[in-house]
Amino acid sequence: MIFAALIFAVLLGVYLSGRLLSDDLIAADFSQKAQKPSLEHPFGTDMLGRDMLARTLKGLSVSIVVGTVASCVSAVIALIVGVAAATGASWLDHLINWVIDLVMGIPHTVLLILISFACGKGLKGVLIGVAVTHWTGLARIIRSEVLQIRSQQYIEVSKKLGHSSWWITVHHILPHMVPQFLIGLILMFPHAIMHESSLTFLGFGLSPEQPAIGIILSESMKYISTGMWWLAFFPGLMLVLIVLLFDRLGENLKKIVDPYSAHE
Amino acid sequence: MQIEGKNLSFRYHPKLPWILKDVSLTVKEGERVGLVGPSGYGKSTLVRLLAGYLEPEEGEILLDGKPLPRKGISPVQLIYQHPEKAINPRWKMKKVLQESGMFRQEVMDSLGIEKDWLERYPRELSGGELQRFCVARSLFPGTHFLFADEMSTMLDVITQAQIWNLMLREVESRNLGLLMVTHNMELAKKVCTRTVHLEEINHRGKL
Repeated sequence: MIFAALIFAVLLGVYLSGRLLSDDLIAADFSQKAQKPSLEHPFGTDMLGRDMLARTLKGLSVSIVVGTVASCVSAVIALIVGVAAATGASWLDHLINWVIDLVMGIPHTVLLILISFACGKGLKGVLIGVAVTHWTGLARIIRSEVLQIRSQQYIEVSKKLGHSSWWITVHHILPHMVPQFLIGLILMFPHAIMHESSLTFLGFGLSPEQPAIGIILSESMKYISTGMWWLAFFPGLMLVLIVLLFDRLGENLKKIVDPYSAHE
Repeated sequence: MQIEGKNLSFRYHPKLPWILKDVSLTVKEGERVGLVGPSGYGKSTLVRLLAGYLEPEEGEILLDGKPLPRKGISPVQLIYQHPEKAINPRWKMKKVLQESGMFRQEVMDSLGIEKDWLERYPRELSGGELQRFCVARSLFPGTHFLFADEMSTMLDVITQAQIWNLMLREVESRNLGLLMVTHNMELAKKVCTRTVHLEEINHRGKL
């Protein structure tokens, strides 16, 4: 519980520091260009003399926004679609399975590019693109979980006690979906960031002046052969740390909400 | 009030053989019927048909001459063999009773449900304790028939005796109709007013 709160505080801190740092800190300053990590610039500076720590924090805060918003939207879509497929009429189930196959059948990056391009590129396009293409896998898992729960004896009993299908869904089925929902949400987070940065890398995502982690990493690839390892190392490490922290956060939440693992 | 199964036939798949063929069975209110028969002869299937959990392929189930309602609160309640499967593992026991509106002191007293059990999860209670909750849950005012599908088979002898004493007291004071499935002839003799051998009323022929 304390651990989960701590992780949440760290993530919030990273997000806020990225938000609150003034843009002056990442202004180009050629007198400071290509410096190794030092006390003044713990993460070094890039070819334009910008402080990498400030850029990384700003990039991470953009990534956290994209990751959380996109994966939350995706997970909610997955939950609604999965439950609807499992509890609704059989034509609805067929239709939803067909849509899932359709979305999964199109190469993911192509679909992302099309959607984000159609939605006007930039942060909005990336968010919409990432959010509406990641729900399929989780929707399938939730559908099969709901089907399994619905065949349980306590659901039959509940029906004979006169409860409606809606009541059963809300009180019996949805609480069982919490762990799948949380895990799905967490697993979507790194995907969302990866796809955000790959879109950006291909030039369909965030604009190059925004300090996104994807942009930082693709830029630093150009300089890594000249021995400027810190450009890729620290931002990459921070990205991995943030992803791991999200993972830990999910695991801790799971322990709190799940009576099966509550006593482990 | 009486519940009547008329010429019931059932199989789980059109390609599979009949499990029940032309079975008729009537249970009246205040009557305690024991259904006995070897394993795999369709005792549980018959009970599930009569309780409205399964649809018969032929024949009909009548409650006082009218078809048994498919939806809504059922006057026929079934108690299963495995209480741990019949209770949502994510619910505290209090909510299990609240689900049927039976979170009442007199019900808990008469079934020997202790206060501190209510705040526990199902896996923190024993089978006998859980089974009491299943019985309590089924004893709401609209219940006229209780069907017990080997409800005490997995309990030890002392707990069996306890739970049947509780059951009989409730069934008698509420004048419910009881249909119990069991392999235990002695238990059937003790509990029931009438015993039915399934192989005698089932016309499916030899397997």
